[in-house]
Parts: sequence; structure tokens; C-alpha cells
Amino acid sequence: MSAPDGLVEQLPVLLVVVPLGAGALVAALGHWAPRILADALAVLVAAVCTVGAGRLVVAVGGGRVVTWLGGWTPASSGSGPGGGQSVGIVLVADRTAAMLVVSAALLVLAGLLFSWRYLEETSATYHALMLVFLAALSGFALAGDLFDAFVWFELMGAAAYALAGMRVEEPRSVFAAVEFGVVNTLGASLTLAGITLLYARTGELALAYVGERLRSQPADALVGFAFVLLVVGALVKAAVVPFHFWTADAEAAAPTPVCAVLSGAMVAMGVYAVARWWRVAFDGVLPHPTAEHLLLVLGAVTALVGAVMCVYQRHIKRLLAYSTISHVGVALLGVGLLDEHGTAAAIAYLVGHACTKGPLFLGSGVLLNRYGTVDEHALFGQGRGRWFTFSVFALGGLGLAGLPVLGLWWGKATLEHALSVAGAPWAVAVVVVAGALTSGSVLRLTARVFLGLGADPRSRSSRDGDGSEEPEEPEEPEEHGPIGPRAAALMVAPAWLLLAAGVGLALVPWVHRAGATAGAVFADRHGYVEAVQHPHRVLAPVVGHEETVWTGTGLGLAAVTLALACLVAAAALWAPRVRALPWGRAGARAARSVVGGLHAVHRADLPEQVAWLLAGAAVLAVVFAL
Amino acid sequence: MLSWLPYAVAGWIFLVGCYGLVTSRHLVHTVVCLNVVQSSTYLLLLAVGWTRGGTAPIFGDIGRSRAVADPLVQAMTLTDIVVGAAVTALLLALTIQIAKRRGTVDPRALRSFEQESEE
Amino acid sequence: MRARLTVLLAGAAMLVLAVVGVRALIHLPGAGDVAHPYGARAVAAAFHHATANAVMSVTLDQRGFDTLGEEFVLLAAAVGTVLLLRELTAEREEEAAHTYGPEDVFEAVRLAGYVLLPVTLLVGGYVVVHGHLTPGGGFQGGTVLATGLYLAYLAADYRALDRLRPPGVFDAAEGLGAFAYVAVGVGGLLAGSGFLADWLPWGQLGKPLSAGTVPLLNIAIGIEVGSAFVLVVAKFLEQALTVPEQAAEEG
Repeated sequence: MSAPDGLVEQLPVLLVVVPLGAGALVAALGHWAPRILADALAVLVAAVCTVGAGRLVVAVGGGRVVTWLGGWTPASSGSGPGGGQSVGIVLVADRTAAMLVVSAALLVLAGLLFSWRYLEETSATYHALMLVFLAALSGFALAGDLFDAFVWFELMGAAAYALAGMRVEEPRSVFAAVEFGVVNTLGASLTLAGITLLYARTGELALAYVGERLRSQPADALVGFAFVLLVVGALVKAAVVPFHFWTADAEAAAPTPVCAVLSGAMVAMGVYAVARWWRVAFDGVLPHPTAEHLLLVLGAVTALVGAVMCVYQRHIKRLLAYSTISHVGVALLGVGLLDEHGTAAAIAYLVGHACTKGPLFLGSGVLLNRYGTVDEHALFGQGRGRWFTFSVFALGGLGLAGLPVLGLWWGKATLEHALSVAGAPWAVAVVVVAGALTSGSVLRLTARVFLGLGADPRSRSSRDGDGSEEPEEPEEPEEHGPIGPRAAALMVAPAWLLLAAGVGLALVPWVHRAGATAGAVFADRHGYVEAVQHPHRVLAPVVGHEETVWTGTGLGLAAVTLALACLVAAAALWAPRVRALPWGRAGARAARSVVGGLHAVHRADLPEQVAWLLAGAAVLAVVFAL
Repeated sequence: MLSWLPYAVAGWIFLVGCYGLVTSRHLVHTVVCLNVVQSSTYLLLLAVGWTRGGTAPIFGDIGRSRAVADPLVQAMTLTDIVVGAAVTALLLALTIQIAKRRGTVDPRALRSFEQESEE
Repeated sequence: MRARLTVLLAGAAMLVLAVVGVRALIHLPGAGDVAHPYGARAVAAAFHHATANAVMSVTLDQRGFDTLGEEFVLLAAAVGTVLLLRELTAEREEEAAHTYGPEDVFEAVRLAGYVLLPVTLLVGGYVVVHGHLTPGGGFQGGTVLATGLYLAYLAADYRALDRLRPPGVFDAAEGLGAFAYVAVGVGGLLAGSGFLADWLPWGQLGKPLSAGTVPLLNIAIGIEVGSAFVLVVAKFLEQALTVPEQAAEEG
């Protein structure tokens, strides 16, 4: 790697500090300055961060930019107060981290553009919180220090709880925010306990130092227990089953631009943290097969539970939330392979997911503000002729199935390839099923709302007389007063921006090369430790082995996924006719009995959610530490 | 034996807090139980950082060679306390709004909005 | 039924966690015997930068980036609390009818409030600016300062408090305090030694002007924390004073 120039060397710090400083300014001046100033500054900073992170993705190449903060760069001679080891905090920017920062910044930018003309009542506070949220996401992705990661993790939480609950006039919103806050704070406490135990064992906090110390002695139950405590917090943020109950409520109730960031960026950080911590600190310390099996099982269960629950939603934002859970599970499958290709594919999948789910959430925000509801049944046929919003939903829905040249295509194809090479064809099947169910659900709602296809669901419950249909309570719109056509266009535009970014991911060959390199650098533990210990030593760049995404298998699996998705959508749209088929009613009854239990579990109150969290932690503890 | 007591107490406080969270009937109580869980991490941190015979790591009026407790964990505990207080404020604010909107603060009456559906 | 199953599930999980936890923690040295390589380096580094309070050296110099995040957690929480407890348009009309403040406070309490007010402010200021020398610092001192303002509430009434607390001032002070922390950090960047580097002269250990940027950062934090606490407590006080009266009117 050529020595990075001055600006690039400072980019990781600036990606955290600039949004923080701007957030503080917006909070300070919000009372006096006109709203347009807050809007403009926030959008500008988010755009600058997107470009800056993009520059970082290019500039790091096959290496890393390591920054020891506070001028505490370890002296290479071993003299000075640190004796060769620093007392500061280190930021480690490799391509994977930088890519995640790009997608987070892009989502925040899209969210801020979306809310340019709306959320009037909350004024500049919203902008300040969004900027702080962005800084926390960047800080977490870049942190090379366990406790520092914890701080950004908590900041992410604090900003997100406030943002999720800010529609205080909506009863669901405030309760969802409490669930979100309590469960995530409990998870974070476990993470901190894990960090403390690791500190007790190793006496260090920098991830690279901790890893080196752990490797210097045989692992025992303490290391396993510390690992479990550490990752539980990350799994809660990642919405992995059984730590996922908060997600559907929070993403159904939060303001839509916030949902886009929660679903696209914050959840991805949880998956990323598990991968990173394992790779640098625990790989080669704890048993590899145990971790692999555990993560694959967690991933598969999460992917399937999320997908099944997604099919059975009629509240559009809830539906999207469950589909987020499902896709996180799919990404976790890639991480679970614990190799370079799996990780590269998982990151590609997460970034592609951000470019697909973000537009869908923003689209649902447009619906909510125009019609005052996001109930699929109430919206039946209402969206006829709204071609811009329709196309966002249609492309997003097709994208979830991994349709070539849309955002998820690259990640899904490489993931399927990595899974089949690693000898887990069943996991490929999980990816296909999850894609088909989530995509089918979105296609179904698109067809209902915008095309008025299928039986009118509002009349069906009376005809069937099964009485299971509860009318949705009307929801407070996020904005009062009518939305003019120009404001509506401004709301759809950022969704298109994200979709276009997704197409860029899928089409530009450079991105695929960069992704392969990202995976290889991520997997290179020695390089990571070396770079942290000797930030000025020039290391040979790592080159990833790039696989083409345009393979027959990949295209074939995309076709299968898409066909299944259409089948799922059609079966739901013409449900009465399906039930009239010889096997139809029995099939529907069987599905209902399976799903009924799942539904009952998901009507969890707060104590139940805590109990599930503890149970999940207990299972992990038994697996790793007994 | 006594030197394991702080760890045991930290573990006990953690479990007590979790029990409170699971059995809570009032959201303010829930938030306080969450604080109890967080206190267990403070204690664990301080237990790990203590050095036998060590004093506070503040060298205003003690010699530089005195054994001191690890300043790292104290800084971490301080951070953790501030974070805990901040999150508590947010959760209590949300609780007030729940009381206003829903007329109840019993966490068991506030179930997830998962609806029975019909597809 | 469902509640009992929940407790059973959680109880079983906690039992398992307790058993695994005991088996794991057995492998730790007892409290007091844990090795602290990083801690030892941190103490040495505190001497190097002439910061008598080693905890403060870790908080604001060696790991100042953590504290940056921590400060913004507080900012997010304070701003968030103000956002969550904002007056909705529908609630605004009810406001007018209320009288605020404790009317039947003992004279002795009032007197104590008046006497303690200056003392508290003085102590708070002292704790902030001596953070690098003695236990304390911006967080602790800021909290004490905020307490002072609420003594005014006890001594007088809510109206007096409102006059001491014009709208927007503490919001602005809080944001600017946080911004000042960032600005001091950027100073290190401009001085060429890196973000949040201790770029001012370090001075001599134990002297009031020592430890470089640490006292400056403490003052920035003191402003931010004090304002944040004033804002948060004010919002809750408003709720405490309005909610019961509403209930009383209905009942």
C-alpha cells in the first residue's frame, strides 16, 4: 500500500467527529436558527460523510488506515511511557468498515432528504439526533477497541431510542421505544460484562492486544463465557432470534426515515461486530466448529422465522421489519462460515440490503403520509396511478428476491456461491426460501395497493366468517396537513437514490473486486494485529480472490427465488380460489396451525422479551462455556 | 475465598435485576431494575480493577510509587454510570408518555402489537 | 399462565447462567490479584503528562475519544428527553390554568435553599476546574452545578426557577459545551499531534495549571453536563407539576 496522504489518514476520525460537531451545533442553534439551516447543514454533513467514506473505501485498498487517537501512537522503538504498547484508543479502517460507513451515511442522507419538508413539529432536534446516530454508527464500525466500541454502541442506542419514540402522540411508538430501550440496554450490559471479563483476563482493551493475549494461553471456560456475554449485545442489536422481539415494534412505530437507518445500518452493525470480534480476538482460541455450527443455526432459524412472520403481516412497516430480521439471518449464514468468502458475501449482502430495504421503508412513509395508514388491506387499490411510489415498491420487492442488477443480487449470488463451496447446500436453500417469502410478501402488497389485484381483502373476513380479522386502529400520520406533489416527489427521490446505488453495486465490476479484497483483508488477522501494533510499517496489500457473479447457478437460483416469490404472492392474492382447490383448505389449515404458535410467541410483552433474551444467552453459554 | 466475594455479589445483583425485569408490574420499576442490572457491571469492573493494598489512583498527595487501583476501570465505570443515567432519563420520559397515551404502565398489559392474521 | 411460563423460562435461564458463570469465574484470579498491564501503562502516561488524577488522565487524555462518545450519549438523552416530553399542540391549552411550585414550604427550607445556593455553585465550579488534581471533574461538577439551580426552586418557586432558566439558553449551552469538547479535540489535529491529543503545555504535576488540555475539556464537559441536567430535570419537573393537577381536576 502506498503511504496514505494526510487527509486519508485523518478520514476515520473525521467521519466520527464531523457529524458529532455538526450535531452539537444544530442542537445548540436549533432554538434560534430557521429550520432550513438545520436541514441544509444536516444534509450537507451526511453527504460529505458519504463521499468521505467512499474515498476511504477506495484509498484503503487492500490495507488499513490505523489511527491511534490523542497522539498515543505506540513508539516503534519500545521506549516512552507505553513501552511499545499504546494507552490510547485505536481506529482501524479497512474496506469492510468503510463500506458499512458508506451505507450508513447514505441511508442517513436519504432519510434526511426524505424528511426535508416534514416532521415539522420536532424541528432541529431530529436533525441533531440523526447526525449523532450517524457518528455512532461510524464510530462503532471503525473502533478497534472493545470499550470504545461499547461507547458508540450505547450512543447508537440512545439516539435510536429517542428517534424511535419521537412520535409521542402515537401510543405504539412510545411503547415500542421502551421495549427497544430496555432490551437493548440489557444486551449492552451483558456486552460490558463480557468486556470486563476479557479485561480481567488479558488486561487490555484494544481488540488486537486482547486477541494476542488470549492466544498466549489455553482457552478455558472464562474465555467462552466472556465471548458469549460480549456477543449477546451485538446479537440483540442485530435482531437475531430469539433476541429479535423489539425489532418489529420499533421499526413499525418509528418515523420512516429512522426505520430505514435502523433496518439498513444499525442491524448490520450487530452482524459485523460478531464477525469482527470473532476474527480478531477469538478465532483459534475458541473451538472453530462450535462457532460455525452455532452461527449457521442461528442464521438459518432467524432467516426462516423472520420470513414466515413477514408473510403474515398486513401492517406494511411491520412486514418490512420482519423481512429485515430474515435478511439479517441470511447475512449471519455468511458470517457463520467464518472464512474470507463468507464474510465478503455477508457484507455485500448487508450493503445491498440497505439499498433495497431503505427505499421500501421510505416508500411506506410516502403511503403513511398520503393515506394516514400503512395497513395493506385498508390501502387496497388506493395507490392506483401512483407510478413513482409503485416502482419503488415493485423494484424493492423484486430486489429482495435477488433479481439481477438490483442491490441484493451481488450479495445473494456470492453468498450462495460461498455456502455451496463450503458444503452447506441446505443453507443455500434457506437463502432461497427467505428471499422468496420476503420478496413474495412485498410483491403481494404492491399488487394489492397499487394494482388492486386479487380479491378485496376488506370483504373477505365477512365472507369467510372466521372472525380472525381485527380492524387495524388508525395511525397518527407523521405529518399533519396535505402533502403537495413537490413534497411527495422530494420524498420519493431519496428512495430512487438508494435503488440507483444498489444497481451500481450490482453492475460495477470494480465494486465486486473491492468486495473480494474487503473479505480477504477482514480475514487477515495477522495483518490487523501488525497494523495496529506498527501503524507506520508499510505492509504488503492483500488481494482478494474475486468470483464472477454472472454464473449459471447464480442466475438459476435467482430465477427460482423469483418464481417462488411470485407463487407466494399469487397464492395470497387469490387465497379464496386457492382454498377452493382440493388440497387448498387443508394446506391453509396446516399452515395456520404452524404459524399460530409462532404468532402467539411473537405477541410478547416486555418481561417475555427479557426472558427470551436470557434464555438465548443461557443456550449460548452452555454451548461455549460448559 | 473472600476475594471471590465481589464477583459473586456482582453476579447476584445481575440476577436480582433480571428477576425484577421479568416480574415487573410497573414500568418505572422496570427501569429501576435495569439500573440494578447495570450496577452489577459497575461492581464487576471495580472488583477487577482493585489492587491488593492499593489506594485511589490520584497522586495529588501520595507518592508516585504507591500501589493504586487500576485507573482504567474507574474511568470505564464513570462512563458506564453516565451512560446508564442518560438512558434512564430517556426511558422514564417514554414511560411518562405511555402513562398519558395508554393509561397503564403495567408492562404485561403492553403487549407487542403482533396481530393475528389471516393469509 | 403465560406470566408463570415466562418466569419459569427466565428462572431456568438464570440458573444456567449462574452455573456457567461460576464455572467460568473460577478461572479468574481473586479480586485484588488481577494483573493490570494497561493500568500500569496508564499511570505512567498520567505522570508523563503531569496529570495528578490518573483517572482523569485516562478519561480525558488517553481515552478522551470514549468520553467524547459518552458526552454525546448525554446530549442525545437530554435532547431526546426534551423532544419526548415536548408540549403537544393538543395539550397546550390545559397549561394556562396551572399554578406551579410548592406554596407550603417551611421557612427553614427556604432559608437553607438561599444559603446553600452560592455554596453549591462554588463547590460545583471548584470540582470542575480541579478535576485534573483531585477527585471530580466535569461530570461530577456539572451535576453539582445543576443541583444549585434546583435549590432556587426549593427556596423560591417554579416561577423564579423559570426566570433563572430562560428558554433556549440551556439548550444552546449544552450544544455549545459538547461542541467545545470537539473543538479542543480538533485543536490537537491542527497542532499536528492528532485528534484529542494533549496539545497544550503539560506543566508540573499537581499544579493548578497542569495536564494540558484536561482542565479545558473538564470545563467544556461541566457546561454540557450542567445544562443537560438542568434541561432533563426541568422537563420532568414540568410533568410532575402538571400531571397530578390534571388528575385532581378530573377527580
